[in-house]
Amino acid sequence: MSKFMKRGYLALVLLFLYVPIIVLIVQSFNAGVSRAKWEGFSLQWYERLFNSPSIMNALYITVTIALLAAAIATVIGTLAAIGMHAMSKRPQGVMLTLTNIPMTMPDIVTGISLMLLFIFTQVPRGYFTMLLAHVTFNIPYVILSVMPKLKQMNKFSYEAALDLGATPGYALRRVILPSVMPGVITGALLSFTLSLDDFTISYFTTSPLVQNLSTLIYSEARKGIKPTMNALSALMFVALLVLLLAVNRRASLAHES
Amino acid sequence: MNNMALPPWASWVMLVGFMGFIGMVAVSIRRNRGVKRSLFAFPYGLWIVLFTLIPLLLIAYYAFTNKTGGFTLDNFKTFWDSNYEMRKQMLDLGVNPQDLGIARGNVNLDTLLYSLWMAFLCTLICLVMGYPAALFMADRSFKLGATLVVLFIIPMWMNFLLRTIAWMSLLEDNGLINTLLAAMGLPKMRLMYNSQAVLLGMVYNYLPFMVFPIYNSLSKQDRRLSEAAMDLGANSALTFLRVTMPLSLPGVVSGITMVFMPSVTTFFIPRVLGGGNTEMFGDLIERTFLSADNWNVGSALSLIMMVLILISLTLLRKADPEGEGSGTL
Repeated sequence: MSKFMKRGYLALVLLFLYVPIIVLIVQSFNAGVSRAKWEGFSLQWYERLFNSPSIMNALYITVTIALLAAAIATVIGTLAAIGMHAMSKRPQGVMLTLTNIPMTMPDIVTGISLMLLFIFTQVPRGYFTMLLAHVTFNIPYVILSVMPKLKQMNKFSYEAALDLGATPGYALRRVILPSVMPGVITGALLSFTLSLDDFTISYFTTSPLVQNLSTLIYSEARKGIKPTMNALSALMFVALLVLLLAVNRRASLAHES
Repeated sequence: MNNMALPPWASWVMLVGFMGFIGMVAVSIRRNRGVKRSLFAFPYGLWIVLFTLIPLLLIAYYAFTNKTGGFTLDNFKTFWDSNYEMRKQMLDLGVNPQDLGIARGNVNLDTLLYSLWMAFLCTLICLVMGYPAALFMADRSFKLGATLVVLFIIPMWMNFLLRTIAWMSLLEDNGLINTLLAAMGLPKMRLMYNSQAVLLGMVYNYLPFMVFPIYNSLSKQDRRLSEAAMDLGANSALTFLRVTMPLSLPGVVSGITMVFMPSVTTFFIPRVLGGGNTEMFGDLIERTFLSADNWNVGSALSLIMMVLILISLTLLRKADPEGEGSGTL
């Protein structure tokens, strides 16, 4: 097959992936409400976006939940990975199986089972329950990012630190933590993005009064999405793109030096 | 009806459990003059019991009980026969439901079969579309390959609801595609509210999950193997069929897992892009819980879905025992 055909094929697949996104971004600059007709360039949807209390509130909830859930999940998950690594074979196997359960469970079952739990224990659903749910689905991803780093670590450096007089706490901070740090950061970033994008689990674990962006979009989807949502997603898309480029640049700089 | 309070002894159990944990930590600190490292996993263990195991047990509890809390298998019978409750009540009243023309209702079973069929089609299309893409990107002579992989990840950052809704504006009766068709003087097409539109939305959302694992296993391959095949006289087609492709199978298996699992339980996409007769199993579960407010049947449906997923996972794990193709990021 010629090189040209290969590239052409890749271009087509990427076009398929990007067309809806491009359409969405273009629509956010459309002066009219129509989704098909171009009625002139305008920034009015961006203006309305920042003046819409419901969207701004949902954005606040989404971002704070993603940050908090990522932070809590990273702490619990990293501790769990270190603990599981120190376990003997059988309990470690049990814990790993338990970690795999939430990852193989479909989102809708996770969401519904947590909803049942919150209703059963009479915890009113809202911000707090959504946060608990997000931490729950994030922890396994943190563990799975940290575990490989622990396995790569030299087994004896921790013991050497102890022999040289370090307390277990000191050795943990100065030997184990630095070597698993890349995994911890990957886990935290993964949690953050998973949390930002989650719809199904949030939908079942919150009340209609506390909405994140996904559930807000869902409740508006039937009425037809307003172009303000397009403006918001265009902004978020660009923000994430810049973030990625910055991280990539940092990584490649670190790689070169 | 479902407003069950926590039994009074539950808070005592929790309190005792918490005190026990504190005691265990205290004892282990005294014995080892330092916290045992395996205890670091304790908060997580507690978390998993509270927020994964107990919720799952709740689902199992509701699936095997009726509205008054007694043990029953009726919820599973309702899965097999969606008119089961009605027919049972009729029989209790001494009426034969057959006389009234009320036969077995097959809505639930049909929805499950439809979901499996759609997930199968979606996985197949993703594989057929994704394999060549991964293959071309993993090509060593193609320097942009690694950059292109990032281009596959970026769309996944846009909220998946919005991405799906964006297809609406392309496919609608007055949407972009139809406007273009009209401008070219062609008749309008009905592109939305059918199974094909749902399938399109699913493929669109899950395609990257097929491409990454395949790309991973292809780019990890030792290049010398295919070179050796070529040196020994195989042409490029034979090299691909006998060397490259078999070695990429773990990636394929993991791609199939990552596409098939979420697509069986797809929720939302059929509602936005599909019409009235494209409900999938995820939507059915949600509707049974929230609209019909029938937790018992809803739990039974969730259990059935989980069992199906566990079975297919076990089968797929057999094909890729080392989990080599995984590790997508």
